[in-house]
Amino acid sequence: MQAGALSNALKTGAIWGFIVLELIFFSVAGQYLSLSDTAFMDIDNMLLLFKQSAPIGIIAMGMTIVMINGNIDLSVGATYAIAAIVLLESMTWPIFAGLGDWVIPVAWLLALGAGTLLGALNGLIVWKTGVDAFIVTLGAMLGYRGIVFMFNGEQPTSHLNWTLVDFAEAEVFGIATATWFLLAVTAVIWFIMTRTVHGRNAYAIGDNREAAVNAGIRVGPHMMINFMIIGFLAALSAVVFYSESGSVNPNDGQLYELWVITAVVLGGTKITGGAGSVISTFGGVLAIQLLRKGLGHIGADTETVNLVIGCILIAVLFLDRQLNIKGKEELKV
Amino acid sequence: MTEGNPVLRVENIVKTFPGVRALDGVSFTVMPGEVHALMGENGAGKSTLMKVLGGIHQPNGGSIFVEEVETVMAGPLEAKAKGIVFIHQELSLAEELSVAENIYLGELPLKSFGRVDWSTLYERTDAILKKLNVGFTSRTKVGDLSIANQQMVEIARALTVDAKAVIFDEPTASLTDAEKSVLFEVIADLQSDGVGIVYISHRMEEIFKITDRITVLRDGQYCGTVETANTNEEAVTQLMIGRKLDLSRNASHHELGDVALEVRGLSCGKLFQDISFEVRSGEVLGFYGLVGAGRTEIAETLFGLRDPSGGQILLDGEEVRIHSPVDAIARGISLVPEDRKGQGLVLGMNCRDNMTLPQVQDLTSGPFVAEGAEIAIFDQYRDRLDIRTPGWKQTVGNLSGGNQQKIVIGKWLSMRPKVLIVDEPTRGIDVGSKSEIHKLIRELAAQGYAVIVISSEMPEVLHVADRIVAMYSGKIMRTFTSEEVTEDSLVQAISGLGGEKVA
Repeated sequence: MQAGALSNALKTGAIWGFIVLELIFFSVAGQYLSLSDTAFMDIDNMLLLFKQSAPIGIIAMGMTIVMINGNIDLSVGATYAIAAIVLLESMTWPIFAGLGDWVIPVAWLLALGAGTLLGALNGLIVWKTGVDAFIVTLGAMLGYRGIVFMFNGEQPTSHLNWTLVDFAEAEVFGIATATWFLLAVTAVIWFIMTRTVHGRNAYAIGDNREAAVNAGIRVGPHMMINFMIIGFLAALSAVVFYSESGSVNPNDGQLYELWVITAVVLGGTKITGGAGSVISTFGGVLAIQLLRKGLGHIGADTETVNLVIGCILIAVLFLDRQLNIKGKEELKV
Repeated sequence: MTEGNPVLRVENIVKTFPGVRALDGVSFTVMPGEVHALMGENGAGKSTLMKVLGGIHQPNGGSIFVEEVETVMAGPLEAKAKGIVFIHQELSLAEELSVAENIYLGELPLKSFGRVDWSTLYERTDAILKKLNVGFTSRTKVGDLSIANQQMVEIARALTVDAKAVIFDEPTASLTDAEKSVLFEVIADLQSDGVGIVYISHRMEEIFKITDRITVLRDGQYCGTVETANTNEEAVTQLMIGRKLDLSRNASHHELGDVALEVRGLSCGKLFQDISFEVRSGEVLGFYGLVGAGRTEIAETLFGLRDPSGGQILLDGEEVRIHSPVDAIARGISLVPEDRKGQGLVLGMNCRDNMTLPQVQDLTSGPFVAEGAEIAIFDQYRDRLDIRTPGWKQTVGNLSGGNQQKIVIGKWLSMRPKVLIVDEPTRGIDVGSKSEIHKLIRELAAQGYAVIVISSEMPEVLHVADRIVAMYSGKIMRTFTSEEVTEDSLVQAISGLGGEKVA
């Protein structure tokens, strides 16, 4: 066995090991502490878990690309809210009144287009000004959220289209629409990152931007495409969720960026770029949702959940660092 | 000078890592006032030995004696307290802080309530700086200093303790000749104070200029210690690599082709002015000069990383404008950059992906990358360049410097360039791989590539180049053919002396 193979196996498999640990813990603890009669590992409960993972999970796939590329996007929560408003509001516009249910695809396209456009704007600014993505998207986060409040003040935007609700609540092979979207997005992003030129170059740029430039890679367009992808996915996440709920508050999507980043980092993507995996991000998303759900199952309240997740995030990254250092003769700093 | 008890003695040091015996019974002694060279190819165990001395690694066997007292180095601070001081190749300074703060970092003299005693701090620092005879003060911001002066700060830091042995690890890697001689003076001063010096370097000239004895390591084993005065470069090299090395001159014995690249009056602001030269296919053109003479900047301009402020670039007799590496690559100009790890390679990626990086967009089937085609390219250039790696999946960061450089060269060869620019082809590469890279450059020329080699090492340009452009302060001083060039005339030209300017 090659030296470091064990720590590599631990590293790549860590998130799945963590998930198994969570399942065992909550199943056992649930026997004693749970107020409900159903087992934690109940199939319906697990299917629901996938569905509830979808909003964060879909965005996390985009965040994985952006972070591997060496950037970050803090504006996804606000983009999510804007896309939700575009979706619900556009269905009520008089010019689409004659379309009947054909208004649904139109509204979807408008919402997805809005998200992509906002992402493109972020990407363009990062590309052309050279300002750090953290700062640009921090500004965008505030700015886009401002637009949300300018639109409707503190009031929620609501519109229910029952055809749309039926579609969103449908289940194919027992799996919810939102889950299908999450799975499809994961598959597509996985293909992009592992099989296409764009994915390859995104890794290269994130790992060593200068070497990428020297190899004739056009760094700017790749970054912009990634911001468009994450903008699109933030909108897709909103579209899937609000098709069902039909009402968006101006505060919706707040802190989503942080949940998304937590999931991506838990999955092992390097915050400095160059390394990360879409499949592990999927694991990170599930792990967080399991933790939220599991703690709820054994009767913990929301505040406790956040505290525990925060601690676990730091503990996991500490473990990861230990595994990474092992074998390398790093200086003590 | 070298009398009394040794200041530092190591005996039979053994250090093993899982699966590797990094040091296998290494012994050497450093006498007071001696400059002791430690040589060996990359991977021979020099760095491991230094880390053992510095207390970063604990040896599995053997002992360390400081002034004949057996010592266990528990950590870097302890090594320093015992008077064993390191000047590392990579500087570790806080650029925003002053010289004084850097020198006493972690040990600032204090007044009551934990306030810093600034006047004592500056006073002490100035006393040390005076000894080193440097041109800056204790209050200068380190970020404003040249690399050479920053190194002086590191040395000054070493002098704050009562140093018994100072270990220099490749100290001249980024110094100009003038700065080197200042460094050598400092070393001579330390020597006359009875400090023992361990000097690690790949550069033979320096080793023979300043050291008293040479200890050679090979594959973690001790190969012997020789008196510098009683040996020569060839013998030491042979000891290091266990075989003979060909260092003869190597001019073309083949017919040169047409002019591949011609540059007329190229300028870029203050960096370089009025640069004119031509390279024929089949020819190796060497650029020799001091660091900062503008050589790298010319390469960067030809590769589209800088925009020229004037002049023309002609490829195959046709004027071209190059605004980005994308343009340069499309026109057949390739650059193997100076800083292999920082500019040439994506260290976290595997060998294959690095090799095909510039052309992966052309290796597709449908929307997907055609990995089979990539592997074919990798295999072809691995064989052609004799790249030693377990396979294409190997992460490039784990390869030796020589093999990494071959990956970069292979990357460009697979693009079939007309002009290959190689900036410092063998920087940080061990002697054995060095001669392989030199041979490779000659072979590439013989195959019809036009090659430009930029180097700070005179033996290198003399060895590989057909003609040598000598640069000084952004200008071409003279272009030599390999028949007429002598070491003296070359040194004069790059120092701005005696060279007749050739347009």
